[in-house]
Amino acid sequence: MENSRKEPLIRIEKRSERSHGQIIRLRLLSVLLAIVAGGLFILFIGYNPFSVYGTIVSGAFRSTMAFQATIKLMVPLLIPALGVTLAFKMRFWNIGAEGQIIMGAIFATYFALFCWDFPHWLLMICMFLAGMLGGALWGLIPALFKAKFDTNETLFTLMLNYVALYLISFLRDGPWKDPNSSGFPKIARFGENAQLDKIFGVHAGWLIGLVLVVIVFIYLKFTKQGYEIGVVGESRATANYAGMNYKKIVLRTMAFSGGICGIAGMVQASGSDLTLTTSVAGGVGFTAIIVAWLAQLNPVGILVVSFLFAVLEKGSTVMQSAHGLSAYSADVLQGIILFFVLGCEFFVRYKFVTRRKGGHA
Amino acid sequence: MDFFVNFFVAAVLAGTPLLFGILGEIINEKAGHLNLGVEGMMSIGAVGGFVVGYWTDNLVFALIAAFVTGMLGALIYAVLTVTFMADQNVTGLTLTIFGIGFSNFVGDFVREKSGSTSLKLPEGILDSLGKVEIPFLTDIPVLGKLLFNYNIFVYLGVAAAILCAIYLHRTKAGLNVRAVGENPAAADAAGIPVTKLKYLNLMLGGGLCGIGGAYCSMIICNGVWVTSCVNGLGWIAVALVIFATWNPNRAILAALVFGGFSVLKYYVPQVIPSSIFDMIPFLMTIVVLVVTSIRFSKENAQPKSCGVNYFREER
Amino acid sequence: MALEKKENAIELQGITKTFGSVVANDHINLEVRRGEILALLGENGSGKTTLMNMISGIYHPDEGVIKVNGKEVTINSPMDAGKLGIGMIHQHFKLVDVFSAMDNVAMGMEGKRVKPKELKERLLKLTEKYGLEVEPEKKIYNMSVSEKQTVEILKVLYRNADILILDEPTAVLTPQETKKLFAILRKMREQGSAIIIITHKLNEVMEISDRVTILRKGQSIDTVNTCETNEKQLTELMVGRPVTLEIQRPKCENVFTRLKIVDLSVKSADGTMAVKDLSLEIKAGEILGVAGVAGSGQKELCESIAGLIPVDKGAILHNKENIVGKSPREIANLGISLGFVPEDRLGMGLVASMGMVDNILLKTYDKNKGIFIDRKPARKMAEELVKKLEVVTPGVDTPVRLMSGGNVQKVLLGREIESNPSVLVTAYPVRGLDINSSYTIYDLLNEQKKKGVAVLFIGEDLDVLLQISDRIMVMCHGEATGIVDAKTTTKEDLGLMMAGKRREEA
Repeated sequence: MENSRKEPLIRIEKRSERSHGQIIRLRLLSVLLAIVAGGLFILFIGYNPFSVYGTIVSGAFRSTMAFQATIKLMVPLLIPALGVTLAFKMRFWNIGAEGQIIMGAIFATYFALFCWDFPHWLLMICMFLAGMLGGALWGLIPALFKAKFDTNETLFTLMLNYVALYLISFLRDGPWKDPNSSGFPKIARFGENAQLDKIFGVHAGWLIGLVLVVIVFIYLKFTKQGYEIGVVGESRATANYAGMNYKKIVLRTMAFSGGICGIAGMVQASGSDLTLTTSVAGGVGFTAIIVAWLAQLNPVGILVVSFLFAVLEKGSTVMQSAHGLSAYSADVLQGIILFFVLGCEFFVRYKFVTRRKGGHA
Repeated sequence: MDFFVNFFVAAVLAGTPLLFGILGEIINEKAGHLNLGVEGMMSIGAVGGFVVGYWTDNLVFALIAAFVTGMLGALIYAVLTVTFMADQNVTGLTLTIFGIGFSNFVGDFVREKSGSTSLKLPEGILDSLGKVEIPFLTDIPVLGKLLFNYNIFVYLGVAAAILCAIYLHRTKAGLNVRAVGENPAAADAAGIPVTKLKYLNLMLGGGLCGIGGAYCSMIICNGVWVTSCVNGLGWIAVALVIFATWNPNRAILAALVFGGFSVLKYYVPQVIPSSIFDMIPFLMTIVVLVVTSIRFSKENAQPKSCGVNYFREER
Repeated sequence: MALEKKENAIELQGITKTFGSVVANDHINLEVRRGEILALLGENGSGKTTLMNMISGIYHPDEGVIKVNGKEVTINSPMDAGKLGIGMIHQHFKLVDVFSAMDNVAMGMEGKRVKPKELKERLLKLTEKYGLEVEPEKKIYNMSVSEKQTVEILKVLYRNADILILDEPTAVLTPQETKKLFAILRKMREQGSAIIIITHKLNEVMEISDRVTILRKGQSIDTVNTCETNEKQLTELMVGRPVTLEIQRPKCENVFTRLKIVDLSVKSADGTMAVKDLSLEIKAGEILGVAGVAGSGQKELCESIAGLIPVDKGAILHNKENIVGKSPREIANLGISLGFVPEDRLGMGLVASMGMVDNILLKTYDKNKGIFIDRKPARKMAEELVKKLEVVTPGVDTPVRLMSGGNVQKVLLGREIESNPSVLVTAYPVRGLDINSSYTIYDLLNEQKKKGVAVLFIGEDLDVLLQISDRIMVMCHGEATGIVDAKTTTKEDLGLMMAGKRREEA
C-alpha cells in the first residue's frame, strides 16, 4: 500500500546563492507580475487596467504642479524609511515611526506656536532640532526597556503610536486650542515665519531627505557606529563578545532612528500641513517600513522605492475624479505589489522542484 | 449597583471585538506565527460581514461571510509565510495595510454602486443584532442583566474562547499545534503535518479575527458603514495576547479589562480630558508588556518558533 | 529463528543528493538487516547524516532507490518514515522543551488521544522492558542530556519502530552512559530491530556493531564485518590513506602560572548556579583540557574568564591581577582571547553575514581614532590568513556563513592567534571538522603552547583530550570533580568524574 505513494508534485529545495544581477532581475520580474496582478484586480472590478494605470502615471507627472505634489508625497515616505532602516539594521523592529513622526511634529509645533517671533533661520533650526528631539525621545523609551528588560519592541513602539496620536488630540482640545476657531477644536495655522522654505516650488523637505540619504549611507557603511549596528543586529552575544556596549548601541541607534522620523514630522507640519493635526503622520510611518524593507535597507534603494510609492499615491488621487474609483484602490494596489515582492524573495534562496518524470513508482 | 452593572455591560461590549482578535492571534502564535495582520484581517472581515449582511439581510450569512473573508485574508499571509517563507513581520504589516485599504475600498465601491451617500444595514438584520434574551437566565435579578443580556457576538465570543482553550489544551490536535509552534522540527520529526496545521490554524485565527471585525462594522458603528471602522483594535488585540499569556480563557479577562478601560471615560467625572482616557488602554498595554518581560516564565511564554519560518531541509 | 536468513530491513541503491554544487551523497549503496547493528562510519562531512535524513524523510534523494522490507518506497516526510517503522534519533534532539516526556511521546501519534493515565502506564511498561530510566511527567527543560536521549528512544519504541537510526548518539554521553545506551541497543537487536548507528568513533564501532559501512566524501567505500576488521583498517578506509592517529603533545617548557582561578562561582542565564567554587591554575606553555558532559558549566567558565557574564563570587587572576569586573574589551586588551565555537558554529565569535575582513575587525574596529572604520589592515590580515591557514573562500568579503565549517573555524582561531594572546580559551574548536582540518587546528594549538601561551581547551572527544592536553580538568554540574594528568589517566576515570565522582588532584 505504501508503495503506491508518490513524490509530491511540487516540493521546495534550497538553491545555491544567486548572483547579484539575478536577484535584481528577479525583483523587477516580481514587480512586473505585481502590476499584472493589479491589472487583473482592476479588470475584475470592471475597469480598464491600461487606462487606470495610465491615469496613475499621468496623474503623477502631467504637469509641474502634479510632479511637485508627487515629490511632496515622497518626502514623508523617504525620511522615516531612512529612520527605521537604522533600527532594522539592528534587527530592532521599530514599528513606531508613526508615533515618532507625530512627536517630532508636536515638538516642532511648540516653537511654531510660541516662538513665532524668532528670526526665521533661528526658528527653523529650533523647529528642526526640536522635531529631532521629539522623535528621538519617542524612540528612546522602547529602546530603554528593550536594553534593560528585553521588552518586546514591536508592540511597545506600536502602542506608543497611539499614545502620541492622542497626545495631539489632547493638545488640540485643550492647551493648544486655537482661540479663534469658534468652537471647533483645532490648532492654529503656522505663521509664515514658521513655514519651511520652498526650493523649486516644493518645501525644502526633499533636500533634507536627499542629504539624509547620503548621511545614512555613509553612516551605515563607513563608520564604526554603523559597523556596531550590523554586529548587534546579527547577535547580541557576538556584540558582547566583541566588547561592544549593547545597551549604549541600542539606545543610540534608536535615538537616531526616532530622531530622523521626528525630522519627517517637523517637515510635514511646517512644510506640508502648515499646522498640527492628528493626521500629520497619517499612516506614512507604516508605509515607510514597507519602503525600507522593499529597498533591502539600502538608502539609495529607499530613494527609488519611495519615489515609486509617491507616484502610485499621487496618481490614485486622480482616480476618483477620472474613473470614480475610490482612492483606497491605491492601498489595495500597494498591498498586491507588496505581496508579490514578498513572495518573490523566496526564489532568491529556494526553488520549486517538480516530481521526477514518471513519478517514482 | 446600577452604575456598576452599566459599566460592566459597557466593558463587555467594548471588549468583545478585542476578544475575537486576541483568540485569533493566540491560535496564530500557537502555530508559530506572530501575525501582525490582525488589524487587516479584522478589517477584511468587517467589510465582508457588513456587505453580505447588507445584501442578504441575514445575520448568519453575515457571520459566515465575516469568518470566511477573515480566513481568506489569513490565507494570503499563510501562503506567503508558510509556503514562501516571507518575513512574518513585514508580511503581517502588509496584510494590515492591504486589509484596511481593501476594506475601505470595497465599502466605498458598494456604497457608490448603491447610489446613496451612506450604507445602512437593513432592519431585519439590525433586529437580530439586538440583545438576545435567554429564557429564565436573563430574568435573574442583577446577574441576568450582568451576564445574560447581550448581543449574539458576546455569547459567541465567550463560547469561542472556551472552545479554543479545550482545543489547545485538551485535544490531540491542540497538542500537535502547540508542538508546531514550539519546535516545528520536532513536530515534523514526530510525524505531525507541520505545513497543513500551520495553514489550518492561521486560517482559523483569521476567521475569528474576521468575526471581531464584523462586530466593529455592525455593532460598534450601529449598522452604518464607517471607513476604517476597526480603528486600531486589531493592534491592541495583538498586544493583549501577552496579557492573556497565550491562554484563551484568560483572553476573556484581558478583553474585559481593556474593554473597561476604553469605556472608562463615560463613567467617571469629566475632569480629565477624554483624549487622556483614550490613551489608557495603550499605556496599560505597555505596562503589561514591561511587567511580563520582567517576570519571565518558561511555560506561559510566547511559543518559541514565533517569527521564524520553518523549512524542513534547513540545517 | 536463529537459523533463518536475516532479511534486509533497508536497502539503498545508488542514492545521490546534491546541495547546490556540492555532491553530498554520490550513488551510495547500503543495506541493513533485521537483528543487526550497522555502523555508518565516516568523517565529518562525508555525508552520513544527509544519507540518513533521506531515510527519515527530511530530504528527497535526487536519484536512487530506497527499499524497506524488500519493497521500493518513496519517503516524503518523517510521517511516511514513521509509518514504515523507521525512527531516527537526531544529533540535536527533536523535543519540545516545554512539554513533558509524555507529551513529547504522544504528539504526532495517529489514532485517538490516549488518556494521560493510560499513556503513563504504557510508557512505564516500556521503560521496564528495555531498562530505560525516565520520568514521564518531567519537563524536557529540566532534563539532562542523557535523559533527553532516553525520551527520544522512548518515542521511537512507543511508535513500534523496528528500524532505528541514531546520529552520533554518544557524542553527548559519558562513557558509562554510553555503556547503558549500548545495552539498550543490544536488547533491541535481540527483539529483531534493525539499527543504524552513525559515528566516527572507532572503538564504539568495534564494540557495538555487527557490520560497518564506510563513507568517504559522499561515496560508500566498503562494507565489512566488524569481527573481521580492526581500527587501523577502518581508519584507512575512512580517511583514504594510512594515518597515524597520534596527536602530538610537545613537552611543556618554562611553565609558570598564567591564570589562576580561585573559588569561582557563576550563575547561568536562567539563574541556576552554572559554576560552583571552581579553582584552577592554567600555566603558560601548557594545554589544559576541560572534559564534561555538555552543559556542565564549560560555557559559563569561558564566558566569565572573557568577562562576558558577571561573576557571582571568586577571583580570576591574570599574572596576579584580578580581572573580575573588567569589561570584555579590557580583558581582551590584556591578551586573554576567547574562541568559542557554539553548536551552530556561528553566533558568537563570528558574524555570519559579514565577510572575513569585517569579522577580523570585530575586536579591533575601535582601535583607530575618529568615527570612521579603517578596513585596510584587516583586509591585509585576512589575505594573510587565507594564505597561511589555507582558508578556502571565494573572497575575503564573502559572508562567512557561505564558507565550510573547517574554514570558518580557521578564521575564528586565526583571528584570535593573530592578536598574540597570552591566554587562549578555545571551546570545541574541532566541532564538525574532518580529520585533516582537525589536525590543522591541533597543530595551531600546539604552536601556541610552544610560544608560551596558556591554552584552555574545552573539548568533547575524550580521546582527543587525553592525547593533546597536559592536564585535564573534569567538570560536573559546575564543579571541578578533578584535575588529572592526561598522560596517566584513562577514559573510564574521566567518565566517572564526569558523572560526579571526585578525584584527588594530580
